[in-house]
Amino acid sequence: MGSSSPGREGIGRPGEGARASARPRRVPAYRRSAEFRWTHDAERCARCKRCVQQCGFKALSWEDGPVVDPDKCVGCHRCETFCPQEAIAVVPNVQHYRPHPLWGQAHRQNVYLQAETGGVLLTGMGNDLPYPILWDHLLLDACQVTNPSIDPLREPMELRSYLGRIPDKVEVKMKDGRPEPATEMGPVLQVETPIIFAAMSYGSISLNAQKAIAMAAAECGTLWNTGEGGLHEELKPYADRAFVQCASGRFGVHADYLNAGAAIEIKIGQGAKPGIGGHLPGEKVSAAVSETRMIPVGSDALSPAPQHDIYSIEDLKQLIFALKEATNYEKPVSVKIAAVHNVAAIASGIVRAGADMVYLDGFRGGTGAAPTIIRDHLGIPIEIAIAVVDQQLREEGIRNRASIVAAGGIRSSADAAKAIALGADAVAVGTAALLALGCTLCQKCYTGKCSWGITTQDPRLTRRLDPYVGSKRVANLVRGWSAELEEILGAMGVNAVESLRGSRERLRAVGLDKTTLEILGVKPAGVGA
Amino acid sequence: MRIDARELHYRELNRQIREAVAGGETRFELANVNGQRYIGDGIQGEKVQIDIEGVPGNDLGAFMDGPTVRVRGNAQDAVANTMNAGRIVVEGRAGDVLGYGMRGGELFVRGKVGYRVGIHMKAYRGRMPVVVAGGTAGDFLGEYMAGGMLVVLGLERQDGEPLIGDWCGTGMHGGVIYVRGEVDPRLVASKFASMGPAEEKDREDMRPHVEAFCETFSLDVEEALAGAFVRMAAISHRPYGAKYAV
Repeated sequence: MGSSSPGREGIGRPGEGARASARPRRVPAYRRSAEFRWTHDAERCARCKRCVQQCGFKALSWEDGPVVDPDKCVGCHRCETFCPQEAIAVVPNVQHYRPHPLWGQAHRQNVYLQAETGGVLLTGMGNDLPYPILWDHLLLDACQVTNPSIDPLREPMELRSYLGRIPDKVEVKMKDGRPEPATEMGPVLQVETPIIFAAMSYGSISLNAQKAIAMAAAECGTLWNTGEGGLHEELKPYADRAFVQCASGRFGVHADYLNAGAAIEIKIGQGAKPGIGGHLPGEKVSAAVSETRMIPVGSDALSPAPQHDIYSIEDLKQLIFALKEATNYEKPVSVKIAAVHNVAAIASGIVRAGADMVYLDGFRGGTGAAPTIIRDHLGIPIEIAIAVVDQQLREEGIRNRASIVAAGGIRSSADAAKAIALGADAVAVGTAALLALGCTLCQKCYTGKCSWGITTQDPRLTRRLDPYVGSKRVANLVRGWSAELEEILGAMGVNAVESLRGSRERLRAVGLDKTTLEILGVKPAGVGA
Repeated sequence: MRIDARELHYRELNRQIREAVAGGETRFELANVNGQRYIGDGIQGEKVQIDIEGVPGNDLGAFMDGPTVRVRGNAQDAVANTMNAGRIVVEGRAGDVLGYGMRGGELFVRGKVGYRVGIHMKAYRGRMPVVVAGGTAGDFLGEYMAGGMLVVLGLERQDGEPLIGDWCGTGMHGGVIYVRGEVDPRLVASKFASMGPAEEKDREDMRPHVEAFCETFSLDVEEALAGAFVRMAAISHRPYGAKYAV
């Protein structure tokens, strides 16, 4: 589109078409290229300036027409989406350096940027490197002839799930000639679908975004998670469906907060940044964020990488029971860890320490901000983590003591079904919920300038996201996936998600090596029952 | 209300306290406490007073919000973990990780305190957590400190015994640490915390807390404040601000 439009007179360099409206760039001593090429058809333009208003990154300005600062365009497509004339196209800026199989574009650009700044590269959302995606090597079974499938339209399908501890055994005593349970049952969480929302704090995302997710959780009978950002006053009505998180910064953690939630989550690690803490930069700590986190305005909110009162499983047990004591044993406690090499043994320790849930976050999980090098190179796939943790807990005879929640790159109901078949009790989704709110995965969450009003605290931007409308979109997503899960269950001839849990016999693999198959506990396609 | 904690599991002991607090009881005398954890954990109410005879276990006063606790003996680790408000007084020594993430209230320890004291303490609005140690402190004092005040008085110190340990103030980005006496600069994380003599203003800030401490333990406040103090404070509220390539 750009090349067909004539450059406007007097702006930019003549004769360059779409690039004609580009502002001259500061020219460094090296060659770092803009990531995106912003093109604009001047003939179609209605000169409404909406593109300039919509850009959260201030990449566009108006000088008798839209002018782009190519260094600032992140390719979020907000302007393109909101242009009433469809006059804008944002396309990847193809570079014409000599191609090199080892030194790809990203590597070269990163070296240039670090040569300039000497800093650690930051990014947002999940790992974007092309590691193998094991979900795409797993296929689900279906019924044919000898084992009739079930039509979810005419028969009830059970997606309702329970998260928490199941006693090792249930003892029954007789009272007045009638049996009644003698075993003390711990608190469990009931969800209407095995899809819950991942932890995203107020601070990393806007209040409107968090509210949309909380409202969707209430509407769908599932759970949301405060992340380590405290519980905002306006979200208290939704707290009975929330995990309230307690992490190393202890932001907003106090007795009322712990008692307000449906469950408590101790965050040890995050899939996008295993082994490192979190830094919410001071400029994102607004008055409201400060109130919710209970820290001064403008100060960095540092969550140190480990919790310095937890150096062992024994220490973890101490915190688990400190939280249970503080809440009169009425709240199940989840422990969230990043999936790392030794995840099975760690999960076993977590369960033995008294956790009611283990939340596994795979290396493709999202983040509001993380060093790129950490996000892209640490951890292990969630598919592997689920399989080895489930296996370890079964072998030790303690699988009943805790539910497994799996997260980190769940893209569809099929991924969810495969995760459950591998051994998860539920999956948690973060990125998918943000996509439902308009996110385009530009990965610039850490800048706080999100044009879609999701990962920003700028009131000019956050008001773009209507929490009610957003909640309907997120709830629709959960409903759609849940309906698909019912279809999958029906095709597999089972009428409850419980029947799929840990049923690896219903999975087959294509294109995986023998060792990976053994680790996953899955047979290759072509092998029958 | 008097509870004999002899051979009582912490879960039962704390259940009795919680139920009594819910029923309006405010005065507790716990006798024969011997390592029971989580006493006062999550208890709310400024009128609640818990008097402990013996040695309470870890996480004394965790998430506590208002009560006053007095320990007639030593305390163990993680006292005042994420405490919101209230006062904890320990007549003897206390262990490691005291006041982790503490947001308000006071912790007074008559004797020495262990490692990792005051990690990530933070001030918020009217709340300012204060930890006063009568004796000396171990390594990692005030790491990641974001607010509040840590005071080490070094009373009854052996000759040559260091006042604080290594790595004091690592990651510090708020709050203030006062130590009475001289501190070897090598013990302080100079990348994060600046060290200098405490000025008159500092002594004014410190005084009410040291007075309260001395009143609690019937000590002479002028003696406790005698001599020079050093002051450690965060160099930046944004210690990681310059770390990234943007």
